[in-house]
Formats: sequence, C-alpha cells, structure tokens
Amino acid sequence: MRKSSAFWLILPALLGVLLFVFYPLFQIALPTFHSGSANIFSLYEKFLSENYNLQVIGRTILIAIITTIITLVLSFPAALWIARQKKFLKSLLSLLILFPMLTNAVVRNFAWIIILGKDGVINEILLSLHIISSPLNILYTNTSIIIGSIYLFLPIMIMSLIGSVSELNLEVEEAAAVLGARPLVSLIKIIIPQLTTGILTGCILVFAGTMTAYTTPQILGGNRHLVMSTLIYQQAMTLGNWTNASVIAIILIIISALTMLLMGRVMKKIDRRAINA
Amino acid sequence: MLDSQNKTLRVISILILFLIMLPLVLVIVTSFGNQASISLPIHGFTFEWYKNVFAQPDFIAGFKMSLLVALIASLAALVVGIPAVYALTRFKLRHSSWLQSFFLSPALIPEIVIGFSLYQTAVITMKLPLLLSLIIGHFLLCVPYVIRLITASMLLLDPHIEEAAWICGSSPKKTFFVIVLPNIKTSIIAAFMMCFINSFNNIPISLFLNGPELNMLPTAILNYLQNNYDPTVSAISVMLMIFTALIMFVVEKVLGINELTR
Repeated sequence: MRKSSAFWLILPALLGVLLFVFYPLFQIALPTFHSGSANIFSLYEKFLSENYNLQVIGRTILIAIITTIITLVLSFPAALWIARQKKFLKSLLSLLILFPMLTNAVVRNFAWIIILGKDGVINEILLSLHIISSPLNILYTNTSIIIGSIYLFLPIMIMSLIGSVSELNLEVEEAAAVLGARPLVSLIKIIIPQLTTGILTGCILVFAGTMTAYTTPQILGGNRHLVMSTLIYQQAMTLGNWTNASVIAIILIIISALTMLLMGRVMKKIDRRAINA
Repeated sequence: MLDSQNKTLRVISILILFLIMLPLVLVIVTSFGNQASISLPIHGFTFEWYKNVFAQPDFIAGFKMSLLVALIASLAALVVGIPAVYALTRFKLRHSSWLQSFFLSPALIPEIVIGFSLYQTAVITMKLPLLLSLIIGHFLLCVPYVIRLITASMLLLDPHIEEAAWICGSSPKKTFFVIVLPNIKTSIIAAFMMCFINSFNNIPISLFLNGPELNMLPTAILNYLQNNYDPTVSAISVMLMIFTALIMFVVEKVLGINELTR
C-alpha cells in the first residue's frame, strides 16, 4: 500500500480535532494574553490577585487531592479482594462496579442529595437517635462535593487497580511468606511497589477527573461553593464575562496538564528503577 | 495475606460494594413514595411519579434528542476514527505515536472547556447550527474511545492475514471490509457502546450547546432538579438505571463485559 493513502485515511480525524479542539482552544486563549499593555499576562495577574478567585482555585485543588487519597484508600482492599476471586465471581463483581460507572452523573449526585440533605437519610437517623438536636448542614459544602466525587470516581479507581492486581505474581508473595515476611511487611515491601503504576494511573484519572468535573460541584456544591469548572460556566453564561471564563479555562488546563506531566515523570522514574533493580 | 480467603479483606470489600450500591437503592425506594417531597422511609406506595415523568415534555424531548445525538456522534466517531487507526497501525508512519496522542488529546481537555470553546468557535464565529455544534462536541467526546479501543485490537490482528488476502488478488479496500472489519468487530461494538453511553450521559458539553429547542435529557433533569424536589427525579433516575442495565445486558450478551474495561 502506498503511504500517500495513509494521509487521506488520517485527514478527516486530523481536521476534526484540529478544527474543533485546538482551533477553539487557540481562539479562547488568544484574548487572555492582553496585547494592549506591555505585560501580556496582565489579565492573569489581575485574576490571580483577587482573593475570591484564589479561594476557588484552592478549593478545587484541595477537593481533588482529598478525593484522590480517600478513593485510593477505599478502593485498595476492594480491588485486592475482587482481583483474586474466581472468574465468575470476579466478572459479577466487576459488573456491579461498572453499573454505577455507566449510570448518569445526575442520578448519582441526586442520590447524595437524598442522603445528605436537611431532611436526608443521615440527618433523619442522627435526629431519631438523639445524637443531634437540629439537622446538620452537610449538603452544599465542600464536604458534600468531596463525598459526591469519591462516589463518582470509586468505580474508576477500583477498575484501574483490579487491572494491575491481576498482573501481580502470586509466587513472589509466597516466596516472601516462605522466607518469613509477615503479611503487613509483604504488603508494604512486596505488593504495593509492584502496583505503583496502577496506583498512579488511578490517581491521575481521579485527580484530573475531580479537578475538571462539573456536575458534582454544580449539584452538591450549590452557588456558594464554586470550583473552577462551575466558575467558568458562571462567568461565561450567567455573567457574560468571556475573557474571565477563558482565563480560568486556561489556568484549569495548565494545572491538570502539569499534574499529569508530574505523575507521568514519577511513573517513568519508578519504572526505570524497577528495571534497574 | 492477600489470598482470596482473607476474612478482613472480604468484609471490607463487601462493605465497600454495599456502599457503592446503597445510594442507587435509596433512589429506587424514594421513587415509590407517595409524599410530595422526597423522604425516607417512604409512607405508602405509588406509581404516580413514573406517570409524571411522561407528563414532562422536556424529559420526552430530551430523551429523543439525547438518543439522536449519541447515535450520530458515536457513528461519526467510528467512521472517522477507524480509518485513522488503520493508517496509524498499518503504515509505518514517522510520527504515528505523536498522532496517536493527538487523537487522544480531547480526553485530556476538561469537558467544560471543550463545551465553552466550541460554543465560541462553532456557534458564534463559524455560525454553525446549534444541533450540528452539539453533535460535533459529542463527536469529540467519542473520538478518544474509538482510537484507544480499536488500536488495541488492530495491534492484536496479524497483518500477515491481510498480506495473504492481497496475494490472493483481493484489493486493499476489499481486504479491509472482508478481512479486517469482521476481525475487529467486537472492539468496534465496545467502542460504540462506550461512546454512546458517555455521549448520552454528558452534561458539560451539552450545557453550553443547548437552546430552547435543544434540550438534552441530563440537562433537562438538572433543570428540573433546580426548581423541584419531588420523586419525579427518582422515577426518571430509575428509568435511566434500567436503560443502563439494558445496555450492559446487551453488551454482556454480545461480547462479554470485560471488553468495555480493557
């Protein structure tokens, strides 16, 4: 086959992505670099000098970090257990995890309104047990966004960990046991190092996903707890301030790209160490 | 310690699986309650809220529109994506790994940013019709799935089979349709399903590209939820869960669910 035909096969996809992903990005990025003044970053400086905006950025990153850590901790035992079940049970459990993953995010967040709301399940239970005397405000706080995000990304973390646990060599673990390693030592020294790639992949997916999620902070955070993505929508569609929306969009892209780059570096370093060891 | 029989591990895992299912179960329960606002435990039992779902024109129109957009966007992504994957995996191109990342890049850009920038470019600058822009947005959502899933199975397919077909006198075009396509059939179905589900469920892109005549189901539910708090939302949620379960059932029957998570 001639190589020139490859060009025509690739062209439609290339044009599609160029025209509708990169050109639009370029178009929103351009006006944010203020050309009138000597300092082209003046719009960014102005944006970042406002306390409120810094608060939103800080909240976004904090929520993403906490979500990632808790998701990892919760997923780990489940993934270890599921990955080692017999084939039938394993696929049944995977189906169970996939189901929420494929269910609409509105539905999944709505479920947490029912649970966390003023007359939600948690408040009803606590009130009837006389642990509290008036309903707690859990909904529309950073906490509710974190809970919703954990719920949203738990299946993704579990699935990505199951993948790497399945590749684990059981014999290494047995060898460690034969040589007298206690289970906890074996977990920390033998198993976790082998899972680093899976763990980091899962963490990148959850961190970037939480950073950029729109639906969860919109439904569970309300108008007072904005994160970067809900701020973009508010600036663009409610206030009509497109330049500001673009500035946030670019900052959001930069932060998530930097995180991925950093995690990728770490992953490569660990891989190389594993090969050299 | 980490063998399948470990008791602590089993208890924790079952607890976590239980926590994953519980919120959805609560939604199902509330959809049958006969009070005007959502409450648990429910008092009495009614199908009224399911009837009310069909009384919401936004939900009906939204469902049809979401279905239409998801179908067109997924098919378009396949039609554009498969040839690109074929070229990237079969021709020894100089920048093929670079191009591969290029095609996966829409997945790395926040959906809310894709929606926002596409709104400015396609709707405002290019003056494309809203529906077309919406389909383009969903198409971009689908492209990375097509590229990733189909590249994986193209790499598994032995190129010698195609060469054998050429030697036997089959044209490259005919070889593609008779030999290659049937062999990567399952990953095409898997890619289509992932595209369809993700497009159908998408909110951030649809939010920017909607209009009075163009409401998608998830955004219609979001709107409803902002103004009302009654079990109608539970009822439509249950219907969406059944819809998801049906799709999963079909996928499981056709190719085994593991295909989707590769």
